[in-house]
Amino acid sequence: MLALVAAHFVAGAVAPALIQILGRRAFLVLAAVPFAAFCWALAQAGAVANGDIPTEVVDWVPALNLELALSLTTVQWVLMLLVTGVGALVVGYCAWYFTDAEPGLGSFAGIFLGFAGAMLGLVVSDDLLVLYVFWELTTVFSYLLIGHDPTKRASRSAGMEALVVTTFGGLAMLVGFLLIGAEAGTLQITELLADPPSGTSITVAIVLVLIGAISKSALVPFHFWLPGAMAAPTPVSAYLHAAAMVKAGVFLVALLAPGFADVAGWRGVLLTAGVLTMLIGGWRALRQVDTKLLLAYGTVSQLGLLMTVVGLGTRAAALGGLAMVVAHALFKAGLFLVVGIVDHNAGTRDLRKLSGVGRSMPVVAIAAMLLGASMASLPPLIGFVAKETIYTGLLDVASKGDGTGLDGWTGWALLVCVVAGSGLTTAYTARFLWGTFASKPSVEPTLVAKPAFGFIAAPVILAALSLALGFCGALLTRLLGPYADQFPEGVHDAELALWHGLNLALGLSAVSWAIGVALFAGREVFKQLQAALAASFSAERAYRWVMRSLDRLAVEVTSLTQRGSVAFYLSVILVVVVLLPGAALLATDWTDDLVWWETPSQLAVGVVVVTAAVLTTRARRRLKAVILLAITGYGTAALFLLGGAPDLALTQVLVETVTLVIFVLVMRRLPPYFTDRPLTRNRYWRMAMGALVGLSVAGFMIVSTQSRTATPVSDAYAREAVDYGGGNNIVNVILVDIRAWDTMGEIAVLVAAATGVASLLFIETRVSSIRRVYDRPQTSTSDPDSAGPGKSEWLPGGRTLAPDRRSIIFEVVTRLIFHTVIVFSLYLLFSGHNNVGGGFAAGLVTGIALMIRYLAGGRYELDEAAPVDAGMLLGLGLFIATLSALAPLALGGAVLQSAVVDVHAPLLGDIHLVTSLFFDIGVYLVVVGLMVDLLRSLGSGIDRHILREERAQDASTTKDAHV
Amino acid sequence: MNANVALILTAAGLIGCGVYLLLERSLTRVLVGLVLISNGVNVLFLVSAGKAGTTPIVGVGAEGEMSDPLPQALVLTAIVITLGTTAFLLAMAYRSWQLTGHDDVQDDIEDAAIRDLAAADETSDSFDLSLLHTNDTERNDDTDSETDTSKGPSR
Repeated sequence: MLALVAAHFVAGAVAPALIQILGRRAFLVLAAVPFAAFCWALAQAGAVANGDIPTEVVDWVPALNLELALSLTTVQWVLMLLVTGVGALVVGYCAWYFTDAEPGLGSFAGIFLGFAGAMLGLVVSDDLLVLYVFWELTTVFSYLLIGHDPTKRASRSAGMEALVVTTFGGLAMLVGFLLIGAEAGTLQITELLADPPSGTSITVAIVLVLIGAISKSALVPFHFWLPGAMAAPTPVSAYLHAAAMVKAGVFLVALLAPGFADVAGWRGVLLTAGVLTMLIGGWRALRQVDTKLLLAYGTVSQLGLLMTVVGLGTRAAALGGLAMVVAHALFKAGLFLVVGIVDHNAGTRDLRKLSGVGRSMPVVAIAAMLLGASMASLPPLIGFVAKETIYTGLLDVASKGDGTGLDGWTGWALLVCVVAGSGLTTAYTARFLWGTFASKPSVEPTLVAKPAFGFIAAPVILAALSLALGFCGALLTRLLGPYADQFPEGVHDAELALWHGLNLALGLSAVSWAIGVALFAGREVFKQLQAALAASFSAERAYRWVMRSLDRLAVEVTSLTQRGSVAFYLSVILVVVVLLPGAALLATDWTDDLVWWETPSQLAVGVVVVTAAVLTTRARRRLKAVILLAITGYGTAALFLLGGAPDLALTQVLVETVTLVIFVLVMRRLPPYFTDRPLTRNRYWRMAMGALVGLSVAGFMIVSTQSRTATPVSDAYAREAVDYGGGNNIVNVILVDIRAWDTMGEIAVLVAAATGVASLLFIETRVSSIRRVYDRPQTSTSDPDSAGPGKSEWLPGGRTLAPDRRSIIFEVVTRLIFHTVIVFSLYLLFSGHNNVGGGFAAGLVTGIALMIRYLAGGRYELDEAAPVDAGMLLGLGLFIATLSALAPLALGGAVLQSAVVDVHAPLLGDIHLVTSLFFDIGVYLVVVGLMVDLLRSLGSGIDRHILREERAQDASTTKDAHV
Repeated sequence: MNANVALILTAAGLIGCGVYLLLERSLTRVLVGLVLISNGVNVLFLVSAGKAGTTPIVGVGAEGEMSDPLPQALVLTAIVITLGTTAFLLAMAYRSWQLTGHDDVQDDIEDAAIRDLAAADETSDSFDLSLLHTNDTERNDDTDSETDTSKGPSR
């Protein structure tokens, strides 16, 4: 069975390609898949009837006890026959219904086959969760099929409506399933039916499951989605909305009825919804002029009947209900296909415009008559056979209760309603047949193209089956019997037969025919009555109201929470920080385990830092704020030094210097003062926030420091650094070995930041061209005396600057110290493993050396000093770091493992080489790349922007002067 | 473990001033606030390292008297990351100045539009697209209105 389900999905996957090659004839090939499944199911007939149920179990998620459990009990077998048989016919019918030019035909075929597979999976699953998965799959596929034409607003919204309603029901059902599973300890359907659980939670669960079933089967109050779904192409309506998907709800009820029909709420929900649906559907069907919509409301009505009967839970009702499921699938699918043929060949399906169609298409008309007769339960068709048994069952319930516990009044009311509903059914059947095929004197005969033989095959086959099965009462009783036998013995021994003798059931049928004929004969009067009674309330309007309210709620909630102001969001976060963990501080036991300071200089530096920070907040000039910020940074470096962290102090000083410079490079373009803002209450609020957050942080820190009891994890690092890392500088060994993954992530972040900066400055291209001094266009502003080649000078880039921007002393100093600084940075890089230093510090020092060159000689000087692309350096650094991280793998080690190599080289003496040095070189290159990138974008890039602006200004002033 | 009050108060001061600036509109001020907070947090790491000891280099200080090296390694990473963040935000401030002439963080226009919708009791823009606008009398009534069945799929 699983293979058959899978075959459908495979066929669905290849369908678009097939359509591409074969055009619409591909449908005939695709129809073979459901047909094969149908044949297989037919072959199981004997086994199923003898109670020898085929099952299949495949482990799915063993840890969750989830299995792909499939089985084929009688009701599943019947549904499988319908799903695959009608499926094969409808897929074949598509070959004539569509043209090759139909847009999206490939995907339509794929989705249709996918739907057929999901539907097949649904009816054969023996596990509630598996069933649920297929159930939702059919919902999704049906959404796609209804919305087949996405350019039409009607089909989009109809698809969405069906999706929302059925998914809502599906979710309720899932909760119900899980409740049942929790109560019974199993989700296996056969096990559940063998030993049905009971209790309050089961009652709740069953009501939830029934909500899913009635939403899927379009019962009141969810019935409105089905007529809307008629926006779909007719084959979809014939398959999904007659034979397959809407039957899923009926199927589920039929499947669970033997075990759960007596659960409180079961009959109440099903009988009320079913009877109401039956009457409303029939009533509405009589008002339709679109024959397809007429059938859709007819389907709604019939589904109500099916749900009522199947949910009743007596042996006779079960037998009649299941037979009615078969009958309905046959005649309703057939009638939809007939509508498709008429629509296709006559160009309309409006019964006010059709006339004389029966004369032009006699075969189709005869098939439709038979199908319609089955719908109106006329003998000798299957519809009549099923309806007779249903009446018998209802009579038993009304007169003796038949084990349902329903009192006489309810039973008789039920019977009256069903008879009335059947009367409506007869009436709309007559309306449909008359409207579609009759010759109307007042309407011009419709021009009808002759339908192809293959096109009409499917409805003819379905009509023939409806007729043939009417004579097979005994066979049907035997085949469907095992399902009915699950229910307790009834008043009568129910059976399906064409002739039971002259009894009350036959009389009831006659009454319903009479009502139908009367309604049809008096249709003009009845129409006026209906118009007078037109309801002002409809479920669809309620649905729209709910959807609108939901959207309104979303808008309100969004407008409340999404204020669009960064400061607002930050405030919310900070208020939470202060209120929740901050308030917890008040309830904490405080100890006086405090030291005020370790050295008085800590206090002195702290005072300076805090003073600078407070002044920063008050600064109105950008430059002042930045310089005060730098003071706090250098102060922090001093605190690091006092705390025994020279590595940190070094890096902090270098970073602070770089930060200061890049701040200034950008600040030269921004306005000198911050935007003036009046003092508002807002400012006091921010002050309060700052103070509260600061105090909370202090509190957290004191509490967390005092509550620390374990020895630090780093106690063993000193030994490990030497033994495994091969270095004495523990901080550096942590960076390149013990916690090298952190560093790896960090350099990746640096690359991203550098790229971000460059792309914000050079909007169009990431690569800034490198322009050496000799690339520069010769202009008259440069001094010809100093520009000649061969003349030595302190810095080659200096002469590119305007004379008033040059500082010869700075150039001289730069020239003198540059190489020394570079050598120093290399020393830091190579000695970092054992002394203060490392890749970060070394990269920053190199960067500062380049920065000095830039500041002294301008952007040409920068390119002279570093004639490489920054992206190159960044990429190379990341590459080397990654390579050195992966290299140990090749040698059988772990990622980022380092090895110590001691070699003796002539002249150099003993060399103590640790492989993590290469990783550090990668870090170094990334940091240098970042620095070059910053200088080139925030330095040279902004230089060029300024230059361009000055030139534009000059041009406009000269132009003004000329004018 | 003893808590070093001088360091904690320094960090708290830095963070408090940083928060004050962070809630500003000018991107430069936000950035300055961010750097202040970073410095403050780095000092907190120093507090968590415990008692100040000698340089954590084997052979330089005595084995038992070294400072805890782990927080130092973490802070080293944090310092460099802060540099990257600073540079990126500076570039953003510059770009903002290029585009608008100032570096103030603007309120989101889309959010303001949604607030307008809420004030006017309207539905969202996407809502109208998802619902059919015919009312159902059109579907049911065969006298009043012309349905579009004749325009149906006539292939």
